[in-house]
Amino acid sequence: MAVQTTAPGGQADQSAPTAAQGGFTTSNVWREIRRFPVIPLLVLIIFLIVPAAFADVLAQHDHTIGDLQRVLEPPGWVPDRATERQIVQRARDQNAEVSINNARRNFDSGAGNLIDANGNGQPDIGETMVRVEPGGNWEYPLGTDKQGRDVLSRLMHGARISLAVSCLAILLGGFLGTALGMLAAFRGGLVDAVLMRIVDIKLAFPSILLALTLVVAIGSGFSTVVIVIALLLWARYARVVRGEALSIKERDFIDRARVAGASNTRIMARHIFPNVFNTVIVLATLEVGHVIILEATLSFLGAGIPRPQPAWGLMAADGREVITSSWWIFLFPCLAIVLTVLSMNLLGDWLRDRLDPRLRNV
Amino acid sequence: MQRFIVLRLLQGLLAVFVISLIVFSLSRVAGDPLAAILDEESGKEQIERIRAQWGLDKPLHVQYFTYMKRLLTGDLGTSFKWDRPVAELIAERLPATLQLSSFALIITGLIAFPIGVLSAVKKDSWFDAGGKMFAILGQSAPTFAVGLILMWILAVQLGWLPTSGKGGLKHMLMPGFALGYYNVAAIMRLTRSSMLEVLDTEYVKLARIKGIPEWKIVWKHCFRNALIGPLTYFSLIFAVVITGSVVIETVFAWPGIGLMVIEAINSKDHITVQAVVMLFALLYVAINIVTDVTYAYVDPRIRYG
Repeated sequence: MAVQTTAPGGQADQSAPTAAQGGFTTSNVWREIRRFPVIPLLVLIIFLIVPAAFADVLAQHDHTIGDLQRVLEPPGWVPDRATERQIVQRARDQNAEVSINNARRNFDSGAGNLIDANGNGQPDIGETMVRVEPGGNWEYPLGTDKQGRDVLSRLMHGARISLAVSCLAILLGGFLGTALGMLAAFRGGLVDAVLMRIVDIKLAFPSILLALTLVVAIGSGFSTVVIVIALLLWARYARVVRGEALSIKERDFIDRARVAGASNTRIMARHIFPNVFNTVIVLATLEVGHVIILEATLSFLGAGIPRPQPAWGLMAADGREVITSSWWIFLFPCLAIVLTVLSMNLLGDWLRDRLDPRLRNV
Repeated sequence: MQRFIVLRLLQGLLAVFVISLIVFSLSRVAGDPLAAILDEESGKEQIERIRAQWGLDKPLHVQYFTYMKRLLTGDLGTSFKWDRPVAELIAERLPATLQLSSFALIITGLIAFPIGVLSAVKKDSWFDAGGKMFAILGQSAPTFAVGLILMWILAVQLGWLPTSGKGGLKHMLMPGFALGYYNVAAIMRLTRSSMLEVLDTEYVKLARIKGIPEWKIVWKHCFRNALIGPLTYFSLIFAVVITGSVVIETVFAWPGIGLMVIEAINSKDHITVQAVVMLFALLYVAINIVTDVTYAYVDPRIRYG
């Protein structure tokens, strides 16, 4: 890796007699290691890859069926909170005090404890009711949702969905785009013109809306989401790969391959594809974050992964309804998305600088 | 120049044509459009009558032409859900969406331009690094996550702003910021790089030698010249913001077109969805053409690119 750093576009510097450039000197290797985005990679491994791979083992609870006895429990570290209310006669004062009727009801239903000053076992005016809001329980480290499902377990399975959707969609879209891009460059003429017009139109269309229309038409579900996102992605690959392939096509070794009797398909697969591969990989890495956001947004809008699957976007949408009382339901999926996408973007930037600096303004 | 504009317009028309084809065929793939309004008890004759009334018994290409003809005369159909002409619904809700989108655009500008300029002036400082981080964070957070987190902190915990709905400036602050934040990164980077270019030119050096105060050089001499690139990009961002409003209007219950289209999708009101998608596509294509033409006007090299 260290040798490659100065290779692209670095000819001008090569005459400069600096020891640090090129070669495996200690300082050089050290610099490479320091530049390597360790934290983003760690975040990705801890928050995305490990949970996605081992969700079945790591998750302590079922991710779709909850315990209805344990609804809306806060995260483990939240302490019990007691509020004291004085019992007064007035019926409609809701601020600090409670009416005697309410107190009696709370007392009978067990929703509050009575500090019984006169010891007659029932609430009287002037006495105090103590209402305890139960805190969290480490059995559910990140709390439970409206149906008593463990948020942590759902987050882990959600990581699996995010990872699966983005990998599949990028593979599919990348394959389609690369193939069409190479075809356009190789065939030229009418094929090229038609394909590139389609790419223009595709790139000129707002992606979320296209996705929504598609999902409405074919119905939501895992495979629909993958196909829809792949259809949103391919155009970018097609355009970039076509550009690359056009210049590679003119190089001598392609002519030589042809003289040696290679067929068109063989030239595309064995000679052009390996040369555009770096670009495709970089584009793919840069795109993972974007795809995770797209999937989450579609799911959030109710047009992505259907309930009761624990997609992060869906969890956030569920949390929005109870945002005033139960913050943990929306917050953790949102943080999971932001953290993984941020790390993915940082990693993608690094990879782009390493493998293909020309893509900088893509 | 004229040839370029004509060519670009033709391309735009082609794009609109293809999009209308896609939208039309998708609505037919979705199954019988009547299924949404008829129930099992509707008699066969009744179904046939409505079918004929809506022109659904004719071949597909004829249906497409009638669809387009009505579209061109401004007849967008009647919504199943609201039982009113879609054009009326759109006219009623478009102002709210445009208001929020332009506000978001202003917020993007207010954040991105100063940070971009200052990061260029103080290149490689902690400010530069911090600005970059702020921008990358914005690109990594889905709009709904930004919206929800803001709502939780500012509205639920602190009680400073209302959680949702439409009202005065206070109601717009959170959705506007959430909508505008995503684009800060792009505009900021563009401003920064074009500022760096301008700061390096001869006339800036001359201005410095003449002893003009540095703030005046930066904001008057450089910023104005560095603005061209980001400004042409701004129109593109407007299109992104308008579609992003679908998400943010859902989060904050903002009564615009975005919320309407999601409600329509949830109740399978295809006519309304189609109309809104066509409208957004038209807006999008139009904005793209305007951007390209302005860009070509400002920078003639583009035309041949």
